[in-house]
Amino acid sequence: MSVNVKNIGLFALVGVLILLTGFLQSWNSALLILNMGLISAIMALGVNLQWGFAGLFNIGVMGFVALGGLATVLVAMPPTTEAWAQGGVRVLLALVLGAATIIAAVLVYRAMKKGWQRSVAMIVILVAGFFIYRAVLDPGVARIEAVDPAATGYLGGLGLPVILAWPVGGVLAAGAAWVIGRTALGLRSDYLAIATLGIAEIIIAVLKNEDWLSRGVKNVIGIPRPVPFEIDLQNDPGFVDRAAGLGLDPVIASTLYVKLLYGVLFLIVLLVLLWMAQKALASPWGRMLRAIRDNEVAAEAMGKDVKKRHLQVFILGSAICGIAGAMMTTLDGQLTPSSYQPLRFTFLIWVMVIVGGSGNNFGAVLGGFLIWFLWVQVEPMGRLLMDLITSGMADGYWLKTHLLESAAHMRLLTMGLVLLLVLRFSPRGLIPEK
Amino acid sequence: MDFLNAIVALSNYVLIPGIAYGSQLALGALGVTLVYGILRFSNFAHGDTMAFGAMITVLVTWWLQSLGVSLGPLPTALLALPFGILGCVLLLLATDRVVYRFYREKKAKPVILVIVSMGVMFIMNGIVRLIIGPDDQRFLDGERFLISARDFKEMTGLAEGLAIKSTQVITLITAIIVVALLFWFLNRTRAGKSMRAYSDNEDLALLSGVNPERVVMLTWVIVAALATVAGVLYGLDKSFKPFTYFQLLLPIFASAIVGGLGNPLGAIAGGFVIAFSEVTITYAWKKVLGYLMPDSLAPDGLVQLLSTDYKFAVSFVILLIVLLFKPTGLFKGQSV
Amino acid sequence: MSSDPYGDRGNTAPSAAHGGATPAAADEPFLIGQGMTGGYGNGPDILHDCTIAVEKGEIAVIVGPNGAGKSTAMKAVFGMLDLRAGHVRLAGEDITALTPQDRVAKGMGFVPQTNNIFTSMTVEENLEMGAFIRNDDFSGTMEQIYDLFPILRDKRRQLAGELSGGQRQQVAVGRALMTQPKLLMLDEPTAGVSPIVMDELFDRIIEVARTGIPILMVEQNARQALEIADKGYVLVQGANAYTGTGKELLADEEVRKSFLGG
Repeated sequence: MSVNVKNIGLFALVGVLILLTGFLQSWNSALLILNMGLISAIMALGVNLQWGFAGLFNIGVMGFVALGGLATVLVAMPPTTEAWAQGGVRVLLALVLGAATIIAAVLVYRAMKKGWQRSVAMIVILVAGFFIYRAVLDPGVARIEAVDPAATGYLGGLGLPVILAWPVGGVLAAGAAWVIGRTALGLRSDYLAIATLGIAEIIIAVLKNEDWLSRGVKNVIGIPRPVPFEIDLQNDPGFVDRAAGLGLDPVIASTLYVKLLYGVLFLIVLLVLLWMAQKALASPWGRMLRAIRDNEVAAEAMGKDVKKRHLQVFILGSAICGIAGAMMTTLDGQLTPSSYQPLRFTFLIWVMVIVGGSGNNFGAVLGGFLIWFLWVQVEPMGRLLMDLITSGMADGYWLKTHLLESAAHMRLLTMGLVLLLVLRFSPRGLIPEK
Repeated sequence: MDFLNAIVALSNYVLIPGIAYGSQLALGALGVTLVYGILRFSNFAHGDTMAFGAMITVLVTWWLQSLGVSLGPLPTALLALPFGILGCVLLLLATDRVVYRFYREKKAKPVILVIVSMGVMFIMNGIVRLIIGPDDQRFLDGERFLISARDFKEMTGLAEGLAIKSTQVITLITAIIVVALLFWFLNRTRAGKSMRAYSDNEDLALLSGVNPERVVMLTWVIVAALATVAGVLYGLDKSFKPFTYFQLLLPIFASAIVGGLGNPLGAIAGGFVIAFSEVTITYAWKKVLGYLMPDSLAPDGLVQLLSTDYKFAVSFVILLIVLLFKPTGLFKGQSV
Repeated sequence: MSSDPYGDRGNTAPSAAHGGATPAAADEPFLIGQGMTGGYGNGPDILHDCTIAVEKGEIAVIVGPNGAGKSTAMKAVFGMLDLRAGHVRLAGEDITALTPQDRVAKGMGFVPQTNNIFTSMTVEENLEMGAFIRNDDFSGTMEQIYDLFPILRDKRRQLAGELSGGQRQQVAVGRALMTQPKLLMLDEPTAGVSPIVMDELFDRIIEVARTGIPILMVEQNARQALEIADKGYVLVQGANAYTGTGKELLADEEVRKSFLGG
């Protein structure tokens, strides 16, 4: 009972913090924090599934989030017909050839006996396959990227409703997770960590460099939205009347209305996923996972298929991160590959899970909101702090200028501090596992 | 003549940069491998430790430059290096005291220490950005080149120039000195042997009267020195930017794991394996092949296997291959 | 295992009342763990009022069935678990509160059963590590050990991890001897070695004892161990079941039937 009161209190605290932001700063910032908090909570839910339930150390969250972002482009952007005509088929063929190379290598590896012959055969297949792949791919890519590079220069997407991108983002992330999981899940925890860190960097490198796919650092802007545009609302007399009825300026009302719509959509996704995660946690499957986490050797001796369970939960957790990534790109309305930073998209999510309480879904959700709030608000707080520290210094004094300029970097410091303090004094998090 | 030109081009763009980069990775990987061997966790804060040590060195270099102190043709940073090491030592010892010791006494699981090191990584990253900012900083002075491409062409009459940057030579010489000192220390001194003993068999080392806290302190001191040297050499050779040090984490870990975590010799070998793979796979071979092949067969394209942005992919793939087929690394590492 | 461990079989060591610091009697053994009761951490007691003693110049052997607490008794003497009752005294001095490291400094040498060498270091470095707490010149001691175990002299530059099982045990014993201990404790020194190597190891142990170092050892191979023992302790479920000279125990009908396979 008292535990429940405490937990409700913690969530209420987050609510109050967001409301305070609304009253003291602006309702637009408050809603933005709320929306990103919802997305962060979903990401934290995914990581919690892997770490809290199963003890899998995945620090490649950024990669799965970025794949979700790619999904929005592939699903929602209109197809560039000219680019497809120029080299679309060629690129697809190259991808098929590339996949065929890998499959052939795997088949040969399985079919042949261990020895130098096998190694040679593998190398020949892989090298030859690579050059064929490049020979087919490169001209196609060059032609696609030449199509109106300032505006398109990429294949575009399928032109479908953007909401569809969310499950597709999950599927893309799940696919990547399957490949990684098959190769790296048997490894020790810190090796898995390095492997996931690496794959995330590679995914970002692909998004940055494969212009035909994602326009690379030129970014994809103007991704279709699931909600109306503010400007349309402002030109809609009915909306303006209703806003006036509430005593609101139509411009502000439209921005708030759009953000609220996003918030409702995100909330639905979060609630559905949370419900599923809770069910999973309580199911025999969830119990088995925790049993494996607590004593892998014993669980294996009891005949549990540890590797299979781990693969399942790794794929599920990554898929959730992919969904969240797609939602985030939808909210942003653009895909900016260079904005994916591991500190922001991998390690911050980890802080959320650890602070909230690993192994507890509500803890992860709480951590998502709370840490996101901190992440946003530390900057103004840092500036206040620096103003206070430097108030006694003369204007133009170098230290004052320097301190004021570096207030923006307080974020990382604070996050590290929060993480270490929680690990030290409350290692099970704010809402511990039951 | 064409053959000679090909060799010169190869040296210029692959061998020499590879050796310099390999030395930097090896020094970084040695730090990771020592922490793993003694404290038994993968230290994710290592990249930012390198950044911190390098930052102190950069600041002291600027100060020395403002005083008009210089080493002539050598970079002033070499003079500032001891200060950087000292600063880094103090930081790591303080971190151990405030953060890691608690978990050591509790005998926490290694994965908890890894997460703790993530927190330390955030803080160190924040400190570096607070002090010096996130931007590129230049602190290299002295002679830029030992041999410039033009001098080389005049000397040899070859069409292809060979440029040897002084930072590349300094990197190699410093790395050799540091590694020689490290191995002398580990293999010849009482304290070094106690470190190896502790890494090999903790219980027996305790039974033999080795003081664990002393070993841990010693390890942090050495790791700080290695990290600072690696960070400064990388900064001199390329440039100092806090974020790149974080990104170095992946190739450094790849080097340490490929060589066998916990094995210093393996860390060095791993560093060069990773460095040469990265350089050769992302190098455009057009020039070298153009010299070697008859004109009719000379390649049209760049003959670049992967664009430079995929260099992480290279270390990653090598890492995966080694992990899948030889999980303890090329040299036998610890399999805790 | 049929014997009642708590019953007084007549030959259990006299369990004197031990409250407070009893002054050492003049004729007390060189090392004695008296009335030891305790277990690992907060777990259940494994030892129950168990007494083990070694006289100067003697070999004392602890034998008993699997799980009888033989190794635990030795670890208790060495301070690797907390005693809830009882004392350990070395040369009359109460060392019950000392850590294992401090006991090494007091002159106790201990060879664990497993992981008892530094596999990645050379034989010579292993011996050097044994002498880590010594600040004087230990080259003389090293020579003595090479004389005792000549094979180690030949392999001094080899990694200890590359040696055979019997050679590893010699390294382990040599490492413990490097502190010039006043007493050597061996935890199952012949575990996992072939019978021929076992005989050789026992010969070496007798040789060490002849140099005047008392030896306390735990052995799985009860018959061979009792043959070289001056004193034997048979433990059952953490308590003394039989105590006597090696010969007495070998001759004892009950002991033979229960523990030596007839």
